[in-house]
Amino acid sequence: MLDTRAKFSTALYWVFVWGCGLLVLAFMIGPILLALVMSFNSGSTLRFPPEGFSLRWYEMLFDPIASGPIHTAAKNSIEVALSTVALVTLITAPAAWALARAPKRFSGSVEPILLAPLVLPSLVYALAALLALSLLGLGPSFIAVLIGHAAVFAPLMFRTVLGLAQRQNPALEEASETLGASRIRTFLRISLPGILPGIFAGAFLVFMQSLDNVSVTLFLGDPGRTMLPLRLFAMLEESLDGRVAAVSGVLILAAAILLVVLQRFGARDAR
Amino acid sequence: MIRKDTLLSWPMIAFMVLFFISPLLLLAGISLRGEDGSWGLGNFAAFLSDPFALGVLTGTLGLGAKVTAFASLAALPLVMLYWHSGKRMRSVILICTLLPMLTANVVRTFAWVVLLGRNGPISQTIFGLGLSDRPFSLLFSETGLIIALVQIELPLLLLPVFAVLNRADRKTLEAAEVLGAGRWRAWFSAIFPQIIPAVLAGWVLVFASATTSYVTQSVIGGARLIYLPQYVYREVGVLFQWPMAAAISILLLASTGVIMLCLTMLARHERLQGHA
Repeated sequence: MLDTRAKFSTALYWVFVWGCGLLVLAFMIGPILLALVMSFNSGSTLRFPPEGFSLRWYEMLFDPIASGPIHTAAKNSIEVALSTVALVTLITAPAAWALARAPKRFSGSVEPILLAPLVLPSLVYALAALLALSLLGLGPSFIAVLIGHAAVFAPLMFRTVLGLAQRQNPALEEASETLGASRIRTFLRISLPGILPGIFAGAFLVFMQSLDNVSVTLFLGDPGRTMLPLRLFAMLEESLDGRVAAVSGVLILAAAILLVVLQRFGARDAR
Repeated sequence: MIRKDTLLSWPMIAFMVLFFISPLLLLAGISLRGEDGSWGLGNFAAFLSDPFALGVLTGTLGLGAKVTAFASLAALPLVMLYWHSGKRMRSVILICTLLPMLTANVVRTFAWVVLLGRNGPISQTIFGLGLSDRPFSLLFSETGLIIALVQIELPLLLLPVFAVLNRADRKTLEAAEVLGAGRWRAWFSAIFPQIIPAVLAGWVLVFASATTSYVTQSVIGGARLIYLPQYVYREVGVLFQWPMAAAISILLLASTGVIMLCLTMLARHERLQGHA
């Protein structure tokens, strides 16, 4: 009697673990697959199940006349994203490298400031930044979005670089300098290669987040220059045609590439 | 005074203080400014005494709590599956967790618009099975919003737990089983305590991001369901009520901040640390 109960409980355990576990796994990945499937839909409405296979939405998306506004928005967004990555790399990589070597007391007291944007809602920051701008008598602009994105997303790269810099052995740099290499040569040959994967992984993360961000872009962006996330957001709320699915397909592909980059460069700390 | 070896970190520190911290301090400052130019807690008092606004605040915190609760329920079997899986299955689970997280928020929201709509698979399946007498839409309902947010935020809870499980000690589970504990009991007494700090850390992230996910809330929740982010946006974008919007933002920060602080302190609690 007791034995059957124990067996039943064990069976239930495996049913729960595998049954419910796989169900949750499907729940997580399902919507992404659905968005992909819908992007190849040949029907004119976003009905499920899709009516047939076609590339018409991709053709329409890449058509410069039919989708001009989307192209302009994408171009503007990519410009901002690339500039953000450049700015973030410039200030973040040296900081993370230096803090990995700084005394614990110093880095311990500075890191919370540098990581704060990760836990603060970006909407609140966007509001604060717009307020600061207007008090300075400035309006929304390209520079404003750029600085806003850099401030919010810099911690992403800071973490990926810091993780690698902390694992680097400072003795290597000392050895290089003792052997007569200049400071610059040591940096280029020893320090930089060690943290480069972190910079690369961080750059991808920052780029994707900058492309995706709505609130900072919405508040700080020049209303005359449409940005991709805002354009998509508007399409979601209004028209919802098949091109949203096609853009989704492109962005999912970008996410898959990002995933490979993160795996490849072993940025396991880049949660 | 600046030490030479920290020199390279100062540009970033200066940048963050100047462009991140100071706008927030400014926001906190302006929230104390009354309509008549006086300074005080008037905006906070006005917000908290307005039943509608208070409803929005409790609704937002409630949404965060519900999403966190359902995400935890959904996470449990998957976390257990991850624990029992071999290397290959673990990387499959990891990819299925990371890919949605790295996909743009707009894309995930779009997928849910299709899924939850009247012509979507959920409605069609339930209608097709005869469980409902007509197709229905879960869009613009809190239920739909919670389902979508759980899927969107779930990776934030799973990843810290997976990281702990990668390092977790298999021997404790074996010991528990040798000592005669059943499967369930062995898992909950040997492995579960080890992941509690990671779960609390994940809760912080899920809660903070569910309460402030402006895009998902407005697209899936629709115009009738108002949460704090939309409320703030309305105060600024439509009514130009800067001090009030600032006060609401500070309240949003403070309420999520207090919850985060409690969870963080709980995670650092000695007895929990002992298990970790």
